[in-house]
Amino acid sequence: MAKIKGAVVVDRERCKGCEVCVVTCPTETLALATEVNSKGYHYCYPANPEACIGCSNCAVVCPDGCITVYKVKIG
Amino acid sequence: MEKELRLMKGNEAVAEAAIRAGADGYFGYPITPQSEILEYLMEANPQATTGMVVLQAESEVAAINMVYGGASCGKKVMTSSSSPGISLKQEGITYIAGAELPCLIVNVVRGGPGLGTIQPAQSDYFQATKGGGHGDYHLLVLAPASVQEMADFVELGFDLAFKYRNPVMILSDGAIGQMMEKVWLKPQKKRSEEILPWATTGKPATRERNIITSLDLDPGRQEHFNLKLIAKYREMEEKEVRFEEFMTDDAEYIFVAYGTSARLCQKALQLARAEGIKAGLLRPITLFPFPKKRLNELAASVKGMLAVEMSAGQMVEDVMLSVCGKTRVSHYGRMGGMIPTPEEVLENLKSFIKG
Amino acid sequence: MAEITFNDIIKPENLAYKKSRLMTDNILSYCPGCGHGTAHQVLAEVLEEENLQERTIGITPVGCSVLMYNYIDVDFQEAAHGRAPALATAVKRLMPDKFVFTYQGDGDLAAIGTAETIHTCNRGENILMLFINNGIYGMTGGQMAPTTLPGMKSSTSPYGRDVSMMGSPIKMADIVAMLPGTCYVTRQSVNTAGGVRKLKRALKKAVQYQNEKRGTCFIEVVSNCPSGWKMTPVESNKWMEEHMFPFYPLGDIKVPAE
Repeated sequence: MAKIKGAVVVDRERCKGCEVCVVTCPTETLALATEVNSKGYHYCYPANPEACIGCSNCAVVCPDGCITVYKVKIG
Repeated sequence: MEKELRLMKGNEAVAEAAIRAGADGYFGYPITPQSEILEYLMEANPQATTGMVVLQAESEVAAINMVYGGASCGKKVMTSSSSPGISLKQEGITYIAGAELPCLIVNVVRGGPGLGTIQPAQSDYFQATKGGGHGDYHLLVLAPASVQEMADFVELGFDLAFKYRNPVMILSDGAIGQMMEKVWLKPQKKRSEEILPWATTGKPATRERNIITSLDLDPGRQEHFNLKLIAKYREMEEKEVRFEEFMTDDAEYIFVAYGTSARLCQKALQLARAEGIKAGLLRPITLFPFPKKRLNELAASVKGMLAVEMSAGQMVEDVMLSVCGKTRVSHYGRMGGMIPTPEEVLENLKSFIKG
Repeated sequence: MAEITFNDIIKPENLAYKKSRLMTDNILSYCPGCGHGTAHQVLAEVLEEENLQERTIGITPVGCSVLMYNYIDVDFQEAAHGRAPALATAVKRLMPDKFVFTYQGDGDLAAIGTAETIHTCNRGENILMLFINNGIYGMTGGQMAPTTLPGMKSSTSPYGRDVSMMGSPIKMADIVAMLPGTCYVTRQSVNTAGGVRKLKRALKKAVQYQNEKRGTCFIEVVSNCPSGWKMTPVESNKWMEEHMFPFYPLGDIKVPAE
């Protein structure tokens, strides 16, 4: 069966750590980092990258345009 | 339309001149004594001929902001109103000045303050020449004294507005707006199709986006902008001062008056000369920039200047600032829609001479 | 089959989503989690996809989004508070072939600019009015807005909005929907991906209707104000769903006859 595998790339410096993407993600791929960026925000990152299905929901709701999404069909 | 001689009201002359000057848009709201401008344009329906947009707005506030929007596109746009309506427009006018946009605003002045009267007055001089809205800015102010000038100053006003990217005001009054005189109308000009480089007309790939704004949160940049505006106003003072003199060569006493007051001072001057009083008249045509230099020169050779205005005394302050104490300056005015007679102006001159 | 790695996926040909090229690289001035940014992105996407950059003129308000012209790469005019629809009226009438939109908050559109809003819609100006309703004055520090909910606290209604003193929240979308000049009135949201995608469809319809000169399109976006509401972004979105959406129900209010 064909499976979709995704990957998210976060622009850490643009991220304001609002967490809206984290709660939007259906597969719990994303989390806020314990470290902060240069503005002092706990930026978002793919804590569980294997889970990503490339649905783009995180990028679509991101108010700051920090997220780029890629996806491939495998199998 | 060819050059044409017609008998018209001052207000109608403004409207017809706007069409012929190739104006792109007029946005107005009814108020006495200038409603004929909007009425004339609605009847003339220039949208069907030249393509000029004419729109009755829901308020003076909306009308001036339509002018702001149109001017932001580099279009030749205008509005008109009378004193209470011009007060409402002040917010828009300061934004237009702050965004460095060209436009024409006609004020057919009536007496105030408040709702005041619908009769002619010149009591909006301070508002017109000193800013009117908030912040450091000036309008370029033209003061017509005839129906012919009401027509001529429309095109002149647009030219100056685009030359300096600054709002221009025609400061008229209820008498000039309502009186009928013969007027030579210029031939029809085509509306400009030029796309101005700063205008918001849609961003092509060949340039950066254009942003029309009066906002700059950086104090240094904002001050720099204020200095740029000041330089523009100084340039107007160098190049755009317009005035007219009558019998000032040998004058001992000079009337300083604009608009309707200048017309009756011309008669008062004749009456004074008939009685052997060497009177003259200086009529400022631009109220900003004000003919300061010329008044200062004249101050050296005259015994006094009498500012005659239909107000409690507003332009007289600029006369005083111009002469720097070199000569005596006084004021004679009527208010509330009262227009002084040449005879009472003469009587006042005589008592001024007595001291 | 070999395990596919993260780096194998991140290739241009696999791109699923990136921010619109019409969004500039400027960092948005909005607070973390603010719906303004999301609304900007989706608007920029529509302008890009509909190939509208060369003929768009946007009008920004006074409020948090006053600096919107720094973020979307189209020509902009910055209006006085509440007056954006008046500017847009003139722009569209003078240049009917351009795509003209206004972008206003609730204070701008529903308080100080009420007259301009109503009359622009009543004249049926062929423009898109985008209305971001977060029930508060954000930029000035969280004062009561015309759309603040009954009982909702703000810095000028510190004990909660008392409707007996301050009136009820005004539903502008419902009001303008009653005017014959509007052709399309809808209320959308940007707090979920589904909501954003619906808003995008609404924006595309508005583009179509403006091209067809069918009248005013009015799109309200019920949004959040984490700072003004004194909540985290996630809490504010939850609160919005629980309190704002029942008062301002999402969906089409008026659609044009086909």
